[in-house]
Amino acid sequence: MSARGSALAEGKSNILSSVNAALADAMREDETVLVLGEDIGDAEEGGVVGVTRGLSSEFGDHRVRTTPISEQAIVGAAIGASLAGFKPVAEIMLMNFSTVAMDMIVNHAAKLRFMSGGQTNVPIVIRTMTGTGFGSGGQHCDYLEAWFAHTAGIKVVIPSSPADAYGLMRSAIDDPDPVLFIENLPTYWNQDDAAPPGCRVPIGKANILAEGSDVTILAYARMIQEAKPALARLAEEGVSAELIDLRTIAPWDRETVLASVARTGRLLIVHEAVTPFGAGAEIAAVVNEQLFGRLKAPVRRLGGAFCPVPFSKPLETAFAPRTDDIVGAARALLQPA
Amino acid sequence: MTYLPAPDSETQLAIYRRMALIKANDERSRKVIRSGRLVMPYYSPRGQEVIPSAMSACLTDEDYICTIYRGTHDMLAKGVPLRDLWAELAGRVTGTCKGKGGPMHITHPRSGVMITTGIVGSSMPIANGLAWASQLKGDGRVTIAYFGDGASNIGAFHESLNLASVWKLPVIFVCQNNEWAEHTAYAKCTSVDQIAKRGAAYGMPGVHVDGNDVFAMYAAAKTAVDRARCGEGPTLIEAMTYRFHGHVFGDADGYMDKARKERAMAEDPVPRFRDHLIAAGIAGEEELVSLETEIEGLLDDAVEFALASDFPGLEELGKDVFAEDVPA
Repeated sequence: MSARGSALAEGKSNILSSVNAALADAMREDETVLVLGEDIGDAEEGGVVGVTRGLSSEFGDHRVRTTPISEQAIVGAAIGASLAGFKPVAEIMLMNFSTVAMDMIVNHAAKLRFMSGGQTNVPIVIRTMTGTGFGSGGQHCDYLEAWFAHTAGIKVVIPSSPADAYGLMRSAIDDPDPVLFIENLPTYWNQDDAAPPGCRVPIGKANILAEGSDVTILAYARMIQEAKPALARLAEEGVSAELIDLRTIAPWDRETVLASVARTGRLLIVHEAVTPFGAGAEIAAVVNEQLFGRLKAPVRRLGGAFCPVPFSKPLETAFAPRTDDIVGAARALLQPA
Repeated sequence: MTYLPAPDSETQLAIYRRMALIKANDERSRKVIRSGRLVMPYYSPRGQEVIPSAMSACLTDEDYICTIYRGTHDMLAKGVPLRDLWAELAGRVTGTCKGKGGPMHITHPRSGVMITTGIVGSSMPIANGLAWASQLKGDGRVTIAYFGDGASNIGAFHESLNLASVWKLPVIFVCQNNEWAEHTAYAKCTSVDQIAKRGAAYGMPGVHVDGNDVFAMYAAAKTAVDRARCGEGPTLIEAMTYRFHGHVFGDADGYMDKARKERAMAEDPVPRFRDHLIAAGIAGEEELVSLETEIEGLLDDAVEFALASDFPGLEELGKDVFAEDVPA
């Protein structure tokens, strides 16, 4: 059974099916591509939400391996196999579970190329999902991208659309270095244009979703869904907002972001991760360094509240930025000082 | 009676050569550090020479090892060239890793040394991956994960042994039980009297062996390597040994029982095996002196080569982080 499902319209896909298609296409083209993780085989229903459904049936249990619940062993096995010429895609079911594999990811995957003086490299992809909205509380939906972006030697990508999910996954598998691939759980099933088979979205390139002249809104992952309706509301108020989907956290696309902010003079950064020390802090610092004299207002950040993700529905909803918050923050940027 | 594989005369001599090299290299390391010509963190493997020397006698250059910060003996036994090793210890561009890894991260794929980790226990999860690759390719290679007794108490050990057993990987977990987890005695921090017993918990043979006895160690190594190579799965070997020095160079080792240490040093496995070779007529005194002199010469050469080599250029900061250079 294909994860592509039956409800998809012609030419459309969703993130879940796009990741599945990217894995399947890569495995068909390159027999060194392997997939491993908890519950990923078809005997286990192809993953807890079905992202890997169909892969073990098509490619066999030797290339698609369901693992014990052992995150260190999963990432370690991916690293070791990559040292011997394979391209493993390891699934860490939820981003919070990456915390128990941090040694393998940060001390090993990210550093072996450098510490070996370039003799070895670790071409692995670590897929993981996260995101608030399903009431899973404090240990199942954190956005921890900044932790990994703070480590030299690992790339961090984070698609918000089906086409980007496909194209970035293909690029991540092609990449000769470790890539952390973050999928947003609540938006897995949202439909949009499908990627043409084989297409690649380059790592490190942001995407301007809407052009505007008054303010740049930089977001990624589910925050794109919150930002899109904000554009229309701001337009009603006569504000022309540019929306950029960052798509890659590390290395982030300075060129596109700086060029946009140089034009608009105003930047609002929106992410679901908590605000302090988040990706937005680094971007704001660089924008301030590069465009200090040209900014019409201080860079503004919107992020998750600085608390563990709460369970209670009103609290969970209030935790992450929403369209109203984005409209309000953009409006504030345009107020005369 | 069970048949125990035994090393022939040629193999015994090859094992002794490795042991003599490891001992001489250790003595030289301490001497050079003390002289002030080289500054590096140094974790002496003195006293543990037999284990990798006997293991390597059962391996080929193509077989992999994953070792740890106390691992110069494992590297030398596997064949890392002395010049490359010493240049790396000295942080020079001619080192195995261009000086960027240092003593705790020696990597030399040509001799099968795929990773040296500074994190206790982390050789094991990665060894599984190398073994998985061999299983998929059917290349017959075996992977050894070396680690200490302290590492048998970290989660990575338990996750790795379980996975290796479930996947029937061609990997051998070689625990060098030197009685010390850094400064803490084995019994104070380990729930079982023998780590080998933990093999049973993961459905694999757990072999408890005198790691300072060449014949016992060789038999355990050969049995485990043969088992892995023919697809029968992993083995846990607990090789009993003793660390002659403190945890790290400069550590006054006041926590180690003096009498126990003196007893271990009196039973130094290197001269003990040397005496055996002579008594058994496998080598003459002259031949062994000549071998030891040759090793001293190689060490002279390696140390001078290393210290005369250039340091890496500062542009190396931006290289090897990724395949593409990182902008300054």
